Amino acid sequence: MATTSTGDIEKTKSVEVKKKLNVLIVDDDPVIRKLHEIIIKSIGGISQTAKNGEEAVNIHRDGNASFDLILMDKEMPERDGLSATKKLREMKVTSMIIGVTTLADNEEERKAFMEAGLNHCLAKPLSKAKILPLINNLMDA
Amino acid sequence: MELGQMQKSLQDYTKSLFVEGILDSQFLQLPQLQDESNSDFVSQVVSLFFQDSDRILNDLSLSLDQKVVDFEKVDPYVHQLKGSSSSIGAQRVKNACVVFRSFCEQKNVEACHRCLQQVKQEYYLVKNRLETLFKLEQQIVASGGMISAMDLGF
Repeated sequence: MATTSTGDIEKTKSVEVKKKLNVLIVDDDPVIRKLHEIIIKSIGGISQTAKNGEEAVNIHRDGNASFDLILMDKEMPERDGLSATKKLREMKVTSMIIGVTTLADNEEERKAFMEAGLNHCLAKPLSKAKILPLINNLMDA
Repeated sequence: MELGQMQKSLQDYTKSLFVEGILDSQFLQLPQLQDESNSDFVSQVVSLFFQDSDRILNDLSLSLDQKVVDFEKVDPYVHQLKGSSSSIGAQRVKNACVVFRSFCEQKNVEACHRCLQQVKQEYYLVKNRLETLFKLEQQIVASGGMISAMDLGF
């Protein structure tokens, strides 16, 4: 079952209401989910978590999920990151999806993951420095 | 012990963890994510690592003790432990998991048993050292001191 961090809508100085960056963190490791939750919070975002690709897909099944960004681990039980990414793109999910790989993954594996529908690929462990430039590009878009 | 001495002890102890390769630079990323709204983030995430690792090591022991070892079950455990140890900077645990995975791929049961022992050894070492580190920090805070960003003097 996915868990949710509380978020809030902020009003900027202008009339326009700005929404915090809404992120889905998909990883079977609770330590990494916690770490990535804090990273996202530290850059001003809110997050929801899923324990594997199947949960990530289920969150989107009713068509109401709306994430700016999905952090997708590659190796997970039930449904891995590659399969989940393909499925989400088939479901017309347009969120930015960043694949999270390990240094042990070879170029071929990374390429296959990218071709499943990722926007970017980053190696674990993630850090603010790695993710911030991509987030800034997303917010500017 | 005087506060200044305690802080020096903490600094020296922390430095030793890096010199011995027990921790790597990833561990230094964790305090940078700590702020007023989650002031015990580092101890939280490390505690979570301990809880999760205890569970995984237990499951690994059970899986490897089966008459017929199912490496489809063993490998994901090792993969997960490798990932979480890497995320908190537990370098020697991570390295031991890398070796372990290579023997899982070869389906070498005997070597996997040896690897499990090595992983456990490294894990209990980092657990013991981090628990000592946090105790030193608590003593400093209890004496009215502050824990500043680590200056390891490398």
